[in-house]
Amino acid sequence: MKPTVLIPIALGTNRDGDLADAFRLAGAEPVQVPLSALRAGDVTLSDHQMLAVPGGFSYGDALGAGRLLGLDLAGWFGDQLHAAVAAEMPIFGVCNGFQALVRAGILPGADRSAVLTDNDSQRFECRWVTMEASSSRSVWTSGLTEPIRCPIAHGEGRFVVDDAEALAEADQVALRYVAVDDDGVVSAAGGAFPTNPNGSMADIAGVCDESGLVLGLMPHPENHIVARQDPLRGRRVPGMANRGLCVPLFESGVAAIR
Amino acid sequence: MANDGAVVVGPASVDHGLDGVGSDAAESGLVARAHMFGLSVARIATYRLVHVQFAESVADQDAALEELANSLLVDPIGQWWSPAGDHDALADTDGIAANDSFDRDRGVVIETGLRPGVTDREGAELVRAAGEIGIELVAATVGNRYAIESSDADLDVGELARRVLHNDVIERWAEGSLPPAFADLSASAPATQSISLDGLDADGLAEVNKRRRLGLDPEEMVEIQRHFGEIGRAPTDAELETLAQTWSEHCAHKTFRASISVSDGSEVDGLLKSLLRAATDTIDAPWVRSAFVDNAGIVRFDDDYDIAIKAETHNHPSALEPFGGSNTGVGGVVRDILGVSAKPIAVSDILCFGPTEIDPSDVPEGVLHPKRIREGVVAGVGDYGNKIGVPNIAGAIVHDPAYTTTPLVFAGCLGLLPNGSNPTEAAAGDSIVVFGGAVGRDGVGGATFSSQTMAAETAEVAGSSVQIGDPIVEKGLIDVIVAARNARLYTAVTDCGAGGLSSAVGEMAEKLGAEVDLQMVPRKYPGLAPWEVWLSEAQERMVVASPDPEPLLELAERWGVGAAVIGTFTGDGRLLVRDGDATLIDIDCEFLHDGRPRRQMTAIAPDTARSDRQGIDGYDPASLLLQLLAHPSIRSNEDVVRTFDHEVLGGSVVRPYGGAAGDGAADGTAMVPPGTSGERAVAIGIGVNALLGDIDAEAMAWHVIDEAVRNVVLAGADPKELSLLDNFAWGDPTDPETLGTLVAACRGCHDYALLIGAPFVSGKDSLYNVFVGPDGSKDPVAPTLVISAVGIVKDLDVVPVTGLLEAGDDIWLVGPTAGALGGSHLDDVLGSDHGGSVPRPDPVSVARHHDMAIAISAGLVRSAHDVSDGGLAVAAAEWALAGRLGLDLDVETKPEVLFGEGSGRYLVEVSPTNRAEFERLVPWAKRIGEVTAEPTLALGVVSLTLDDVAAAWNGHVDRGSLANAERGVA
Repeated sequence: MKPTVLIPIALGTNRDGDLADAFRLAGAEPVQVPLSALRAGDVTLSDHQMLAVPGGFSYGDALGAGRLLGLDLAGWFGDQLHAAVAAEMPIFGVCNGFQALVRAGILPGADRSAVLTDNDSQRFECRWVTMEASSSRSVWTSGLTEPIRCPIAHGEGRFVVDDAEALAEADQVALRYVAVDDDGVVSAAGGAFPTNPNGSMADIAGVCDESGLVLGLMPHPENHIVARQDPLRGRRVPGMANRGLCVPLFESGVAAIR
Repeated sequence: MANDGAVVVGPASVDHGLDGVGSDAAESGLVARAHMFGLSVARIATYRLVHVQFAESVADQDAALEELANSLLVDPIGQWWSPAGDHDALADTDGIAANDSFDRDRGVVIETGLRPGVTDREGAELVRAAGEIGIELVAATVGNRYAIESSDADLDVGELARRVLHNDVIERWAEGSLPPAFADLSASAPATQSISLDGLDADGLAEVNKRRRLGLDPEEMVEIQRHFGEIGRAPTDAELETLAQTWSEHCAHKTFRASISVSDGSEVDGLLKSLLRAATDTIDAPWVRSAFVDNAGIVRFDDDYDIAIKAETHNHPSALEPFGGSNTGVGGVVRDILGVSAKPIAVSDILCFGPTEIDPSDVPEGVLHPKRIREGVVAGVGDYGNKIGVPNIAGAIVHDPAYTTTPLVFAGCLGLLPNGSNPTEAAAGDSIVVFGGAVGRDGVGGATFSSQTMAAETAEVAGSSVQIGDPIVEKGLIDVIVAARNARLYTAVTDCGAGGLSSAVGEMAEKLGAEVDLQMVPRKYPGLAPWEVWLSEAQERMVVASPDPEPLLELAERWGVGAAVIGTFTGDGRLLVRDGDATLIDIDCEFLHDGRPRRQMTAIAPDTARSDRQGIDGYDPASLLLQLLAHPSIRSNEDVVRTFDHEVLGGSVVRPYGGAAGDGAADGTAMVPPGTSGERAVAIGIGVNALLGDIDAEAMAWHVIDEAVRNVVLAGADPKELSLLDNFAWGDPTDPETLGTLVAACRGCHDYALLIGAPFVSGKDSLYNVFVGPDGSKDPVAPTLVISAVGIVKDLDVVPVTGLLEAGDDIWLVGPTAGALGGSHLDDVLGSDHGGSVPRPDPVSVARHHDMAIAISAGLVRSAHDVSDGGLAVAAAEWALAGRLGLDLDVETKPEVLFGEGSGRYLVEVSPTNRAEFERLVPWAKRIGEVTAEPTLALGVVSLTLDDVAAAWNGHVDRGSLANAERGVA
């Protein structure tokens, strides 16, 4: 039987379908449920093999992106969530889901203080970025053999942490924004817009917890799972039917299920 | 009040060692805007101001406030909070003084907050979230405190507040502290009134018409008087308002249905019937599932799915409250799509503004500056689409002085539904179920308001007609309606648009009759008059008919969306609306829907004669090309488009901006609808022109249809299977000259649609776009027609890419070498009309579209760009920049060749190996040059570097490190 991935939906969540498509392609069975069903106890996290918190504007980003969803997660399911982490369940949070996991205290964990705040540009940005895996700890990035491209779509994606160096030393910086030239040479974004699209500290695009099982990131790998989604289609990428660059990310997560 | 509390939340200062975490950019934006209005300020620091009203259960309010702030309001890094006391002087301010290097001696504090009743999503969420952490609140509202540093002792604080910091239509402000305005929960509702029309003469009727802002024609008032005279009683306020809404231009399209006598001796038996629908009926396209009869047009996508399409205008509200106006414009058209049971999958926006650099003193009193309108409108469009998770995939921005007093906002939406899954047969006995947000006073009278001209004082009286959207509620509505559709839980659906329940229930009950009890309608607060509940446009609501509402209510609860059964469809042909025991409305549906006397109108056929073309003094094509590239209607809109999510749903194939560095403008765009096979895409193209309407409206219609068609063809669509949307924004149609241009435009639409075989499937007219100045002078909008073309891409592999692809490829020009210069962007740049013919209807262009499509489907077209605003030279420049490659074109440099505009013209990149085949398939094509590796644009003797092109065309776009790194890269 295929493993199931629970995808909770708050009022204002909107990339749940995109995330479901990605996990389906990676061999898991997505189960999209409104938070009300979780709260009512109709659905229990431990009945599933993974948790993926999708992107969107939960509660309209009122009081800050992800804050109220984080409050829901911590308040209603805090016990279930911590039990899942303890049981080594792979957990994924993208964009608003990342913001919520940070607000809920799941990421980066280890009593570290972090926020995702307004982009440096002070505006919502939608553009494609390139990321490179930078942690040997994260189970999610273990299958990435080359930089991946996918879009960002957020206004509050600037990752700020109390000690970025310590986070890197702990091997919890899972993904960084990088530049890749036409010859495939990778170079650091160095904070420069738009390679680093939001001004995140140390070009951090995604972080994992101490276990490596929980990943949060701002960009949307679920929007590059088939090659036709790539805006460089016809330039660098021949054909339309091929897999997108970000599929291995989801496959690695599914493979990490115990 | 003892139960009130307030905190102020601010960004970090440099003390935290996190320079820039905060709102530096936003702050400098406000300062810049102040300077634009000649207000001398050095700094404007913005803080959030949160007011709460505690419930009785909260014993220790100070502790509760602290808990609220720490748990819900402040980030652990980079923000601080403090209790907000009274702050009549800056010296008293706690947080600001303690946390900022603010010069208090030169400062002033302004606080702003929403008016009571305006949608306050943050306040509502704060109440909910506080409850989750055990703090019970009655109400909460979030506003702003601005600390302003100025060395100008005579700073006009009121001017600063009005021009820069707030909008009086939805907000209040005060110097110092502004007490919160919580809705009065003890207000009692006014009763329904009768309004006697008995014995009133024409002046008396006109007075009632004006006092209640009904916006009805004199003949219509007479007919209402006659009807109620016949049944022997006075109409109620609710009945009059319902009639005014149902008979409004917005809902009844009375101009488009009028009988028109034209000065050339012709008669028009309804523009809609005899021209627009007539074209559709004649074409009788097999792919059209539904045209004109529903909330949106429906066309075939593939064997399993249909596509629903619609575009709307939201001009009047956007002029007064740009953010709320465009925000609810998007929300409204999304609901139209939902109103045919389709899942919204894409939105579009076409925006027309005055020149943003116009001197503020040249903007009439009562009109917002174009720069502010543009900022607000763009933010509103982005906010709604981004939050409901529907990609914004197409649009256009036009700037012209004709739009300074009457900006135009067109919003479109595409939806997806399984073939034939839109039920339209409500039956007697079905329950009436309303989904979505509760009713408030916002949005009362939207339909009548949008059907009248704007005057300098409109902002004061129209406050209640303007709304702020609540996209999160609408996102929930989408989930609920789609789930209900899939489970076949309803028999008919429509949206609460302008006119609210009155139009939604009224339309559904047209053939059946209905009985409604307003006591069942959820309200935001008490004190609403029954007619206000009935007519409030308050966004984000849908109405469905269902024989068994129980599963619908369960579904709504599961998704966190409000729902209520408010009545039944009766079958007796009467509309009966009660508020408990009191009857508001008891009216015959036939009179309501068919009782309106048909308008008789007269039109003067426009004089479209043109003088001969004059020469251009000191003609300098290179300089003119750079000016054209920087023209505000031509230059890059990437700065706007990047603030819209065009990736969500994962379907985008051709995006608005693409090319080698992501900054090249695409023509049409295309997306694979989510959940479909992935083998097909839907393409959308937009045509709009600000310059031709006043000169020759019929030619404009051809011109913009052709532009929309070219765009979809280049996105890979099959031109033999296109559908069109028409959106008219015109002045006052009771002016015969204005009506004459409208007739001409409709004739152009009819003729070209027939020629190309593309039916209109939906449309909308926005009339009375006239600004009446304080001195009574009238400033009508330029006649503006927006055409959206929607087509099907059947082979994704052959879609041309955006921007040039490879040096050495051939460049072909499809269509005539020269274009027309009358009404051209060249003349706009030159600053005067140099005469000459406008682009004339060109029947042969249809053949060129078809041949281009054949070449594309044969895989011969590597990239292409349509020749549009600014002519061949502009197209070549944009195209070269998009591909970061050069062009060497052998063309004459006379103005009609470089800058002439016309229909059916394309620039095409083809590999030299396919030269003969392309020539065979596209006999209209002429090989005019080649792609070069050198980053130079060579047009005959004119030569520019790509750096020059980029500086002119997208120098205003923040491209960060890309701007230097990639410019000039071959």
